[in-house]
Amino acid sequence: MTRLCLVLAFFCVPALAQDSPFAKYQQMTAEGSPVELFELVGEELWKKPQGPNNVSLEKCDLGKGQGVLKGAYAALPRWFKDVDRVMDLETRLLHCMTTLQGRSREEGLKRPFGNADTPSEMEYLSAYVAGHSRGFKVNPGASHPKEKESYALGQKLFYVRTGLWDFSCASCHGEAGKRIRMSELPVLSEPKAARPLMATWPAYRVSNSTFKTMQWRINNCYRQMRTPEPDFGSETVNAVNMYLTATAKGATYRGPGTKR
Amino acid sequence: MAGPMKMRATLAGGNTDLRVLMTHPMTTAQSKQPLHFIQNVTVKVNGKTVLEGEISQAVSRNPVFTFRLKGGAKGDKIEVSWLDNQGDTNKIESAVA
Repeated sequence: MTRLCLVLAFFCVPALAQDSPFAKYQQMTAEGSPVELFELVGEELWKKPQGPNNVSLEKCDLGKGQGVLKGAYAALPRWFKDVDRVMDLETRLLHCMTTLQGRSREEGLKRPFGNADTPSEMEYLSAYVAGHSRGFKVNPGASHPKEKESYALGQKLFYVRTGLWDFSCASCHGEAGKRIRMSELPVLSEPKAARPLMATWPAYRVSNSTFKTMQWRINNCYRQMRTPEPDFGSETVNAVNMYLTATAKGATYRGPGTKR
Repeated sequence: MAGPMKMRATLAGGNTDLRVLMTHPMTTAQSKQPLHFIQNVTVKVNGKTVLEGEISQAVSRNPVFTFRLKGGAKGDKIEVSWLDNQGDTNKIESAVA
């Protein structure tokens, strides 16, 4: 059988299209996304025995039962009975590293955020777990008093002005039609804008070839607001995440996504 | 050691569409690290080479390629391999679905 081959899809920076350049750019980046490679490495790490107890994370309960990955990410953050607090994915992964694998919190957090050359364990794991929620509706916990408390705190934090520049989340994400360069600034207090965004985090960033988690996203917003760095997995970050995720409730998860 | 690869090979309208993901740093001359990039990409169908490509540093890190091959049948064995300037190599095989 003879075959002719047509070459190749490269990804150059697109020229500004006439209509909806944002949408077109997002589509182009998504087509060239290597995000599945991160899921593959994440799977290895999930199944790899580690820590003093030399066990894998396969027995980690992400809210749907021990080791259940299907739809788990889409139902986070949520309240966990064993710790009596609200946890998002990364906070829960860290919890499993310390409880199941017997690793110390310090060891688990030595390098929560990686770079292009060496992505972090947390990033790989996030990609793997989140990939199992494709097609599931975003539906964070909303019934337990602690979940309601977390939502209320997150909502409050969204509007609290703080830091050297007296910024709140709403300073950038509270008004329609704003953008920074080629990135639209979605109004995250509105479901319409929050849904497509939360449906695609965590995500691969094409501009610096890194995989980014939600904790990183929130941390980095606070960095840009010039506040002290929030603790990894802190109540604050979890609450902001809870507020954003709850606002996006009902969206169909289609991540891990690809960003500019 | 080379990181993972992933491939999807599907029949669509009489053609075989390939989508291949490769893990590679694709370091350019601009970086302070040693030059490290994929030089050759080869696509084989049932053992026969149908495409040989030379690529350069101009390709992004963790590249994704799509190829369209004329014809094809379910179960055809596709093999995609790369060779970089440091002699590292990796390949992936899958059957057309």
